[in-house]
Amino acid sequence: MSTISEAPAAPAATDGGEPAGYVRGNLRFFLNELRLLFFRRRNQLLLAVVVLFPLLIGIGLKLAAPKGQGGGGGGPASGGAAFFNQLAGNGVFLTFIALSLLLILVLPVVMAVISGDSVAGEAGYGTLRYLLTVPAGRTRLLAVKYLAIVVWAVVATFVVAVVALIVGVILFPVGPVTLLSGTTVSLGAGLVRVLFVTLFVCAAMAALGAIGLAISTFTEHAIGAIAAIMILVVASEVVDQIPQFATVAPYLPTHWWNSFDSLLRTPVDTTTLWHGLLSFAVYAAVFCAIAWAKFTSADVTS
Amino acid sequence: MTTETLAISSEGLTKQFRGQLAVDHIDLAVPRGAVYGFLGPNGSGKTTTIRMLLGLAYPTSGTAELLGVPVPDGAVSVLSRVGSLVEGPAFYPYLSGWDNLARYDSADRSASPKSAAARIGQAMERVGLTAAAKKRYRNYSLGMKQRLAIAAGLLRPRELIILDEPTNGLDPQGTREVRTLVRQIAADGITVFVSSHLLAEVEQVCSHVGVMRAGKLVFQGSLPELRHTGAARITVRTADVAAAAKVFGKLGLVDPAQGEDTITAELGATQPELICAELVHAGVGVRGLSVESPSLEELFVGLTGEGFDVDH
Repeated sequence: MSTISEAPAAPAATDGGEPAGYVRGNLRFFLNELRLLFFRRRNQLLLAVVVLFPLLIGIGLKLAAPKGQGGGGGGPASGGAAFFNQLAGNGVFLTFIALSLLLILVLPVVMAVISGDSVAGEAGYGTLRYLLTVPAGRTRLLAVKYLAIVVWAVVATFVVAVVALIVGVILFPVGPVTLLSGTTVSLGAGLVRVLFVTLFVCAAMAALGAIGLAISTFTEHAIGAIAAIMILVVASEVVDQIPQFATVAPYLPTHWWNSFDSLLRTPVDTTTLWHGLLSFAVYAAVFCAIAWAKFTSADVTS
Repeated sequence: MTTETLAISSEGLTKQFRGQLAVDHIDLAVPRGAVYGFLGPNGSGKTTTIRMLLGLAYPTSGTAELLGVPVPDGAVSVLSRVGSLVEGPAFYPYLSGWDNLARYDSADRSASPKSAAARIGQAMERVGLTAAAKKRYRNYSLGMKQRLAIAAGLLRPRELIILDEPTNGLDPQGTREVRTLVRQIAADGITVFVSSHLLAEVEQVCSHVGVMRAGKLVFQGSLPELRHTGAARITVRTADVAAAAKVFGKLGLVDPAQGEDTITAELGATQPELICAELVHAGVGVRGLSVESPSLEELFVGLTGEGFDVDH
């Protein structure tokens, strides 16, 4: 009788119980990784920065805008310029302005911190050796890390887009969207384009995340990995601006980031978009492969 | 012994770092149910060996098995039956003790999510950290950190626990707590493999020892076997050391060493009574005579050399 009465008091506490199964076991690890990612104070501050920038850009452009007619003041050169003049006419354009401005530095930094820290941070804390002896499995751990980086890329990018959209709608007029090619589409169709632009930037950031993950497997100093990723981004952006290097430009990791302005014209220049997406896919695949080759073959000495 | 009866076995296990042999062809044989003390000075290759056993580092040559499963190839399948503490505790400083254990548990595909809370609670209770479960890891004392690492090793029912220097940096109180834990774990029938550079620690809890020196396993066996390797020595206190030395020579005692008023030598098979009688017969005034077997400490130092890192 005693065993029966004791059974509910200590359910499966003395042994492991039944395993979670393939899908649930992996999902549990992935969800824990996301929890670690989004509940960490540092990362929450990064997201706060990502919220703050579109807000400040919107307010700044509103204050700088001459009363009554268009022209948001002189924006930076490059991709952003075309959108600035459209903003006064339609708040939806704040999304494109914010994304193109944040793509220069803020979004790459936010991606670099998370992806550079992904493996190197665990190695630095020493938690990597414990995860591997749990055992998490090297390939499985790397897959969970990269999926979490992709989720982070999507969240960070959508935060920029959504905050910019809200601020744009509040501060500027909203209505049918006049595209860069001069055609006007309905507000609904304009918002669909906002969605596609945001997804395009998500893909760009996910590709950068793969580069970061690969670099992160080569060191146990997260700060070194983060710095290396940023140097790579800035170097790529600089080389991209030099006309003499035009032949290599399409192969640079940052070259296609701003190509989303193709989505703001009719007809949509799909060739450029596909080139961009192909570039992101190749970068993601190559660097995930490098990360896997390094991580599954190297001794964990941290 | 077959792999059925061995919790850990290795053949010619070798690790080379940039031309230097960190671990040099070691053949480990850890019987199931043993408390195996893995002894050696710092830098003698203990941690590198443990890293290879746990699949963290890949051997340059040689093979190893944990619970009969080859590692590193089968590491993922066997490691859920092995708890380990490698080179000090390591956790996320910004998480609580509980959340840290939940993190490691979530990484274990073969662990049941349903029983996770119960298992974590039980592991924390076992190491006496229940009251500090919600405290952030960064606020833990060193002893608490060490115990949390042991708790992580006890999250699942294990057949083997590998502890690398579990008392490193602990105060005497913490050392005693860890020793008690090791005894309790062993009492449950779990094989314990514990590395240390402190013999005293191993002597109190271990049934078997392996001694490392400069990457080589210089001794492996039970504690009584280790004791047997030491030769007893006779020590005679006398005013006339020179005369006593002559008697020692006549009796054929090996390795004599003279002090100011003492002389010692290996006893060998000679009866101490005979030596005393011979000394008296030769007119040597004997003030004192004693026979001493070397302590484990002396045997250990004899095997590993004096001091730390002397072989590098």
